[in-house]
Amino acid sequence: MSLIRYQTPNSVMWPSLNRWASLRDDLDTLLELPFLTGSGRQTQLFSGWTPALDLYQNADNVVAIVELPGMRKEDIEISLQDGMLTIAGERKDESGEENGATRTERFTGKFRRSITLPTRVDANKVNAIYKHGILTVTLPKAEEAKPKQIQVNVS
Amino acid sequence: MNTLVRENHSNASNGERAAEQFIAPAATVLENAEGYTLEVEMPGVSKENLEMWVENNELTIVGRRSIPSVEGTLLHRESRQENFRRAFELDPSIDAEKIRAKIEQGVVTLTLPKAEQVKPRKISVA
Repeated sequence: MSLIRYQTPNSVMWPSLNRWASLRDDLDTLLELPFLTGSGRQTQLFSGWTPALDLYQNADNVVAIVELPGMRKEDIEISLQDGMLTIAGERKDESGEENGATRTERFTGKFRRSITLPTRVDANKVNAIYKHGILTVTLPKAEEAKPKQIQVNVS
Repeated sequence: MNTLVRENHSNASNGERAAEQFIAPAATVLENAEGYTLEVEMPGVSKENLEMWVENNELTIVGRRSIPSVEGTLLHRESRQENFRRAFELDPSIDAEKIRAKIEQGVVTLTLPKAEQVKPRKISVA
C-alpha cells in the first residue's frame, strides 16, 4: 500500500542541478543586495515592492522623490488626503510566456507608499515629473504654512 | 550549467576604481530560444551616464546617478547615493558582438542573442 502514487521522476536530472546552481547564485546575491547594508528597507524582502522615498522641505515646497524604475507614466497614481501623500501603482510583468526567467530580482505587481506631510500644502498646485525612473512630486506649501517674516515695530 | 548568464562577483580592482563604493542593481534574466534578455534597474541613470563593456567574456554595467537635487532640508531618506555596478559572466553561447542595449525610465534592457550555431534547429529526415 502506498499513500502517494508512484510518479515518474521528472525525466531529466540536469534542470534540478541547475536549480541548485541558481540557488547558490541567489544566496550569493543576497549577500550583496542593497537592503542588507542599507537601513530601514529590510521589509522589502517580505512585503513585495517598497520603492525608496525621500522627502525634502524648503521655504516654499515639500518635495517627495521616489525611485520607480521601469514604470509607465499612466500606471503611477498620486493622491493627497488629510495631509497624507500616497503614491501607488503597478508594474506589469511584460516578459511574455515564451521567456523563461533564470533569475528574477525585479519586482512586479502593486505597491503603495504613504507619507504624512510636515505642513499643509496647496493640493491644486501639486506637480509631478517622471524622469529616468525617478518620480519627483513637488507640493507647494499652503500660504498659511509658509514661514513669515514678522516686522517688529518699535513704539 | 549551460543556461545561465551568470553573475560574476570577483571585484575588478583596477586602481582608482577600487576606492569607489557601488551597489548592485536588481536584475532579471530571461531566456528564450533566440537568446537572453537582461533587465537591470538603475533609477536616476540616464543614457549619458551608463557605461557597459565586455571583457574576458564578462559583461560589466556601470550606471552613475543624477538624482534631482532639491534645495532644502532632508526630512526622510531611503534612497542610496552610491552608483550602480554589476558584472555578469556571459554564457559561451552568446554572440558578444550582437549585444544590444537600451535604457528607458531607469531600466537597462540588454538583448544578448545566441550565436547561430547554438540555436535549436530542426533536422528533417531525408
